Amino acid sequence: MLIVAGKGGVGKTTVTAAIARAAALAGLSTLIIEVEGKSGLSTLFGQPAFDYEEVVLSPGGGPAGDADVRARTLTPDDALLEYLEDHGMSRVSRRLASSGAVDMVATAAPGIKDILVLGKVKQLEREGRADLIVLDAPAAGHAITFLRSARGLLDAVRVGPINTQARDVLEMLTDPTRCQVALVTLPEETPVNELVETAYSLEDEVGVNLGPVVVNGLYPELPGLAADPEAAARAAGAFLHAGEAESLRQAARFRRHRMTLQGEQVARLAETLPLPQLHLPFVFEADLGPEEVDLLAGLLSDGVADLVAQP
Amino acid sequence: MTPPAVSLRERPEADLRRLLIDNHIVVCTGSGGVGKTTTAAVLALEGARLGLNTVVVTIDPAKRLANAMGLEGLSNTATRVDGEWPGELWALMLDTKSTFDTLVTTHADDAEKAENILNNRFYRNISGALSGTQEYMAMEKLYELHEEGGFDLIVIDTPPTRNALDFIEAPRHLTRFLDHRLYRLLVAPTRGLVKAVNVAAQAFLRTVSRVVGGEVVRDAITFFQAFDGMEQGFKDRAELVLDLLTHDETAFVLVAAPRRDVVAEAAFFAEKLNEADIPVRALIVNRMHPRFSDAAPEAVRERARTLDGTEIGGLYANLADFLTVATNEEEHLAGLAERVAPAPVIRVPFLRSDVHDLDGLAEIATHLFPPPTR
Repeated sequence: MLIVAGKGGVGKTTVTAAIARAAALAGLSTLIIEVEGKSGLSTLFGQPAFDYEEVVLSPGGGPAGDADVRARTLTPDDALLEYLEDHGMSRVSRRLASSGAVDMVATAAPGIKDILVLGKVKQLEREGRADLIVLDAPAAGHAITFLRSARGLLDAVRVGPINTQARDVLEMLTDPTRCQVALVTLPEETPVNELVETAYSLEDEVGVNLGPVVVNGLYPELPGLAADPEAAARAAGAFLHAGEAESLRQAARFRRHRMTLQGEQVARLAETLPLPQLHLPFVFEADLGPEEVDLLAGLLSDGVADLVAQP
Repeated sequence: MTPPAVSLRERPEADLRRLLIDNHIVVCTGSGGVGKTTTAAVLALEGARLGLNTVVVTIDPAKRLANAMGLEGLSNTATRVDGEWPGELWALMLDTKSTFDTLVTTHADDAEKAENILNNRFYRNISGALSGTQEYMAMEKLYELHEEGGFDLIVIDTPPTRNALDFIEAPRHLTRFLDHRLYRLLVAPTRGLVKAVNVAAQAFLRTVSRVVGGEVVRDAITFFQAFDGMEQGFKDRAELVLDLLTHDETAFVLVAAPRRDVVAEAAFFAEKLNEADIPVRALIVNRMHPRFSDAAPEAVRERARTLDGTEIGGLYANLADFLTVATNEEEHLAGLAERVAPAPVIRVPFLRSDVHDLDGLAEIATHLFPPPTR
């Protein structure tokens, strides 16, 4: 299982989609689990919105032997009902749901909602619902609370089914062969700082295994960015319209400047966090859809291959 | 109150200044990661520059920005930020727990009762676990600052919620939670009203105990017993907070970024606010990409293609990239601008670096409030 985490606005959902598709292209059936409701994931695959019921976002079976990407959401309320029903408490479960008691239970034992969701994820993982489960975790701050819930509950609830559940979840989270966390960030100062903080908290407080960090939104390199537009046009025998040289120059300066800043942040991230990095480009083309997801998936696969090839 | 749409569209910045002068409270709302905290700080800074005695309530600011404003940790009281401006600038970082503690102390009959609640484990969990508590406490803090008086302008940042109405609904949500019929049943047995305890409540207690353990249930019961009688005070207070949020001199500012997903969320916020009869008074869009020329992106892209492999081809490709982004951003915003009209739309460009000091805030201010021309 792979947990994708990162602060809001860093493209966590896009990365989730790209990872899932990369795995599917490599022949692994993949299930994406969403825990926060509408994220735009279905739009990325050009599909209608989905819910608690599992749907196929991207069918496999292509010429390259790719597998399905499926997805579903998991909410604490649904997970609680299902849990109670599975534990022979279906009669009270409906009453609980309608009385607002879920809130009370959740307040009495914080983290219980999270553990129910994670418990369900663990169940799906155990059942082997897919070769790879990709969990789109809640946004940064809450991701830590979310993943810490298992350890917290072990202390708060010493006996009973919740204790067992928390124990099982923690076992999954801390087993490097079963679960890894991929953190996503933008090559900018604040997101990088927050990523580093999140990484250390997750490792220290939860004990999860951190996989490569995904740096999203890097401007791709282009030829001629440092060239003088007029000289470059002459060299290619091209003709510039009036005022065009200035536009070209300003746009190039902007990109060079942003690229320098991005480079600095990437270097700083590498210095402060000893984790391998995967880089994804800023996508300039119109809005993201299945084609761009496939493009990003390809780049991720290449990136992973490079990491593996490194000594 | 609402000025004519035409003037707003022509000179949005003038109206944004007006908004600070005419309103007592400015609420910055929007989804996470769009620069809400920074925007709130810039608005407050401008308030102080306009000679107003201003306070900004921030929620989880980036560390360096917090340091720049002299905020070293969560605090319940405002710290003064020194600077060269005619007004005053104060800042505080919302402390959900201690705000809640104050609220409990205010409503408890006596010190002992307050102490019982504050020490209860179930109570201590509320501020961390019950959804909406942070939103509620942000609004509660706002009300406190308003009641204490002394500030001409209160600017408040909001937690990154999915739904703008969480602020409006949070107080009610909590009072509903505290005043639930079910808890009355939970409280009843130890009061000796054995006959009043119905079978369902017992079954419920047994179930919950089986799942989470008896200790947890005992904590909860003790809490509700201690809390008994305080609900009305909380409810009245929640209504007052609501009144304040819907008051004429409270302005909601929607903060967004020009990405499609963010704009969609912002549109959802605007719609919810509208349903609650709260108008969006300004839309601030951060991180706009610059538009380097008036040419059509497709034409420039085509030119890049014909010159592919040369330096000038690369330069055209780069220009086409940014023209594409700028065009998309404007397209995304068009619908949202319409939805919040006649509220002005203020665009803040991508900045050279992240904001972490007062100079950075001042730079953004030049975009939100350009110096008066003419």
